[in-house]
Amino acid sequence: MVRVLVLMAGLSSALVFPIDAFAQNSSTTWPDPVPDRRPVAEKDKKPAPRRTIAGMWGSRLGYQAKGVQLRPNDGRPENELPYTPYGLELYKSHKALEGAHAVPPAQTNDPRVACEPLGFPRYNHYDLGVQIFQDEHKVAILYHYDYRWRVIWTDGRSFPKLVDGGVEIDGQYREQRYFGYSVGRWLDDYTLEVQTVGTLPEDRVWLDNTGRPISDKARITETFKRLDNDTLEWSETIDDPKIYTRPWEAMKIPMTLQDPRTDVLTRYCSPYETDAYNKAYGDSASGK
Amino acid sequence: MRNRLVIGFTLAAAILASAPLVAHHTGSTLLSETTVTLKGVVKTWLWSNPHCLLTMEVTGADGQVVQWVVEAQAPNSIYPAGYRNNSFKPGDQVTVTLNPVTNGRPYGRISRVVLADGTTLGNGDGAGGGARGGRGAAAQ
Repeated sequence: MVRVLVLMAGLSSALVFPIDAFAQNSSTTWPDPVPDRRPVAEKDKKPAPRRTIAGMWGSRLGYQAKGVQLRPNDGRPENELPYTPYGLELYKSHKALEGAHAVPPAQTNDPRVACEPLGFPRYNHYDLGVQIFQDEHKVAILYHYDYRWRVIWTDGRSFPKLVDGGVEIDGQYREQRYFGYSVGRWLDDYTLEVQTVGTLPEDRVWLDNTGRPISDKARITETFKRLDNDTLEWSETIDDPKIYTRPWEAMKIPMTLQDPRTDVLTRYCSPYETDAYNKAYGDSASGK
Repeated sequence: MRNRLVIGFTLAAAILASAPLVAHHTGSTLLSETTVTLKGVVKTWLWSNPHCLLTMEVTGADGQVVQWVVEAQAPNSIYPAGYRNNSFKPGDQVTVTLNPVTNGRPYGRISRVVLADGTTLGNGDGAGGGARGGRGAAAQ
């Protein structure tokens, strides 16, 4: 009798608690290799879980081919960035493949075409799609583009101090890095704020596809806000006094939770494939 | 000079619409903002980063055959628009709407492809749209 009651209680629980929307897919099938799940309708939204941003996340707003989401490089006055004189001079020296001043493939000096790592925060501004894992010490973000990853420390450690050529951590000097040094803290149960310093200098990395610059003096602030179970609002503000006269918001993208079983199409930057593309198309199309 | 005349005749014979079908602001001097539509025969389809490439032969009204190479975005960008790694095979008849390069050479960026069976593959610029699935889905 007790066993029957336990069984009935279990079945009742299964009916009461929400079933994972992805569980209805067969575990023997492979989902489409491009996570393209659209935003969930208001009526279907479920409450946000506490203190977690884990999951596979995507958004069509993440493409950002024309530059950062909130200020695309389209020539419109409202999207012009607040450059310092040095910042503007640097922008003009960048020959980008996208944006208001784009050039043909054979003329570009974008480090991306040499398959240099994009650096941070440019990985946030190029075909953004990620998988996020977390434990009690850290959040790990795996970027789909070029299979890169970064770590955000959430265990209460100190935030590095920005110094010339690197950072200072607990009295020790540390080098600049493609992804810098990120420390996060929970503002409340649904909002993670992340600060990053210690990124590479402006002769190594760009801010976005359109040639906007960013320097090693940048301090990047991100906010990950879990609005509901299926929506993560990812915001980013750039404070780079060497390049821009004031802080400005670069993106605020509502990312949608994707099927965690998705085996995404690979998108590596391969010097071999890039060379083959230039020989078959890029050089001739550019008039070379 | 002769090659440019051949290309010009090919375009004149094959153009079905000269007005912009897509408000496509490239922000670059590379591509014309006006699209052209060509009927051709597939030679190769390269499903690869950084861009997928479709090579096809287009026969002009004068009988001259011109090889065109047209690009789409990377696989992950055009997959939602219906493209697959086996969307085309050599010998396929296709109708391709594209933005040609401004230097007059037979190169351009795909806007849309219609297969011989009427299947439409959407915007090759990765902007989505068009039928999902395409040949790849049908073959699964």
